[in-house]
Amino acid sequence: MNKLWLIIEREYLTRVKKKSFILITLISPLIFVAIFTVPALVAVFAGKEQTTVAVKDDSGVFTAPEDTSARVTFVLMTDPIDVLKATYKGRGFDGVLYIPSFQDTIKKLKITYFSEGQLSLGAMKSIEDRIAGQVEDHKVKAAGYSEEVMEGFKTKVSLEQREVAFNENGELVETDKKNSAGVATAIGFIAGFIIYIVLIFYGTMIMRSVMEEKTNRIVEVIISSVKPFQLMMGKIIGVSAVGLTQMIIWIVLTIVLTSVAGIFLNVDPAAAQNAMNPMGQPPQQAEMMNQSAEIFSMITSQNWGYIIPIFLVYFLGGYFIYSSLFAAVGSAMGDDMGESQSLTIVAMAPIIISIILISPVIDNPTSPLATWMSIIPLFSPVIMPARLAFEPPLWELIVSIVMLLGSAVFFVWLSGRIYRVGILLYGKKASLKELVKWTFSNE
Amino acid sequence: MSILRLESVVKTYGNFTAVDHVSFEIPKGVIFGMLGPNGAGKTSLIRIITTITRADNGKIWLDGEPLNNRHPEQIGYMPEERGLYKKMKVGEQLTYLARLKGLSAAETKQELRYWFERLDIKDWWDKKIDELSKGMQQKVQFIATVLHKPKLLILDEPFSGLDPINSNLIKDEIRELNRKGISIIFSTHRMEQVEEMCEHIVLINKGKNVLEGQVKDVKQRFKENLFKIEYTGDLPAGLDATDAANVDFDIKSKNDHTLTVQVNDGSDSNEILRYLIRQGVHIRSFNEILPSINEIFIRQVGLSNQ
Repeated sequence: MNKLWLIIEREYLTRVKKKSFILITLISPLIFVAIFTVPALVAVFAGKEQTTVAVKDDSGVFTAPEDTSARVTFVLMTDPIDVLKATYKGRGFDGVLYIPSFQDTIKKLKITYFSEGQLSLGAMKSIEDRIAGQVEDHKVKAAGYSEEVMEGFKTKVSLEQREVAFNENGELVETDKKNSAGVATAIGFIAGFIIYIVLIFYGTMIMRSVMEEKTNRIVEVIISSVKPFQLMMGKIIGVSAVGLTQMIIWIVLTIVLTSVAGIFLNVDPAAAQNAMNPMGQPPQQAEMMNQSAEIFSMITSQNWGYIIPIFLVYFLGGYFIYSSLFAAVGSAMGDDMGESQSLTIVAMAPIIISIILISPVIDNPTSPLATWMSIIPLFSPVIMPARLAFEPPLWELIVSIVMLLGSAVFFVWLSGRIYRVGILLYGKKASLKELVKWTFSNE
Repeated sequence: MSILRLESVVKTYGNFTAVDHVSFEIPKGVIFGMLGPNGAGKTSLIRIITTITRADNGKIWLDGEPLNNRHPEQIGYMPEERGLYKKMKVGEQLTYLARLKGLSAAETKQELRYWFERLDIKDWWDKKIDELSKGMQQKVQFIATVLHKPKLLILDEPFSGLDPINSNLIKDEIRELNRKGISIIFSTHRMEQVEEMCEHIVLINKGKNVLEGQVKDVKQRFKENLFKIEYTGDLPAGLDATDAANVDFDIKSKNDHTLTVQVNDGSDSNEILRYLIRQGVHIRSFNEILPSINEIFIRQVGLSNQ
């Protein structure tokens, strides 16, 4: 036991002390947070920048644009378009917008913007939307309707989902909780992908480490002190501790960084909901914030106390299954990495199949495919966490977890049998047939 | 009492018998040579002794006790294929290997200090293994093998890759450890090293124990009663006709004032000496030629292969 601990300690410390580990661990959350905050930052700062455009309107439809909070300010001009094109800069405009005359029946209107510089996507959208709005108003009036009548035609539709299920008394119960399919889908994908990436990443890390010890021949020195099984388990547990350390640091750093970024950007969803438009932000942006507040509340309304512990069970179960398999594959490999690809693929195939199937499973989380895949242990570590937010039936969960833990024990045993023979054989890689033979050989 | 005793040890891999009913005994405190051609089963045998693998059959005692799981801590093993963690620092690495052998942290520190001073490598502590030359790595490997003060040291080709200076250094250390009472098994096919270091040998071929015993006894057993005689002047004519008196010998070779003779059964080497002197040969030296371990090795392996 003491020696197992020594091995775990070495496997852990040598990895955690590596510069590449420290770098990746510290930089990844920065990148992650940057991906989410930079667009928001850009939106905030770009929103304050004003574009002033000279408008030459040949249709006579375009009227005085009064919205000063918009990011594009229009000024109607009567000069000929060629004059405007030549002089807009000297008169303090950023560009010239030309609107041709058109028929009331027009379906598609082409307008042109002349400038030295480029319009941002946001500004372009803003111009298109407002011109479209004016053209619509013009068409409504031309058809003889008043604006009030037109407003009366519009209906805002919002879809609310409510969950229904039979309770233990057989009564139909409607639960208050919002059934947020979008959020559940997102959680499903993220959970599945996290496990997929962890299994592949740490699995191959263990495989490489086993191969290194074997080609180095140090393995013979080590197992003249400890049992091969102890060495293998020490490695698996040590590397799992590395993974957990990395994840904890990532979670803590991400939370810290997002709250720092949140304060800086003042995009706290609750605040955005209360004070709708305190800084004179365009209505679009306020709406976006409102939406994000809604998503935020959906996320917090998820049953995390249920999802996280079960996620961790699958995380660890899957980790033990695959890391021991990868250790066995590493031990069976020859000195030449190239010719060992086929064995690696055998270990990787089920994980890759799982990740391919994750999308159909999430699309239809109660299908037979989803049920079976979340019970078969080689697939369940990726598939079941992906279904968790859709709350699979309890019996499926229990069967799946029992199968998972049972096969984790089985695969660790199986890999231990292969490993103890494999690490002592030098030269060529072993065939699958030989691996089977080793499993039942007597040391 | 013997430090190691093997009784009819068998190990098979599938249809291949790597170790075939091998028995021998190693007295305490000797340097013991385990000889054999490549693929003879030496490594399989060593792996059984170091508890890396288990014998299919047979019994093994270490220091009077049946081999068990506590014994690895009393054995130091240096495999033929050397191995260390390339990216690990010398100090950390040796500490780790010593702790795996059951040494406490304090003992480890004390032993390491001793060895670093003794081999004069104090400034290597923070060096990574792959920054060291091959010979330097060998020294580190040697320390790793002896750090935990084993009762039994198993060295598989310990001098391969070492220059003559480092070779001598390690040789002296091995002798020093042996003086302190540590028994040593030397596995090699470099026969001159066996002659130089070992008191006892066992010869393994095709998984079988072919020959075993003290080096001097083995040499006696395989001697061919050859003598080398150096002389001055000329040999008298008719010396070949050895019908004289009561001596019976054949002259095997004769050149440059050196004569090699084989004494045939029933004759005494003294009689030959006497006869030659009587014949007027001026003798400068008279030596018995004992077979080298190398010759015995080649002959015995050849025989057992037939």
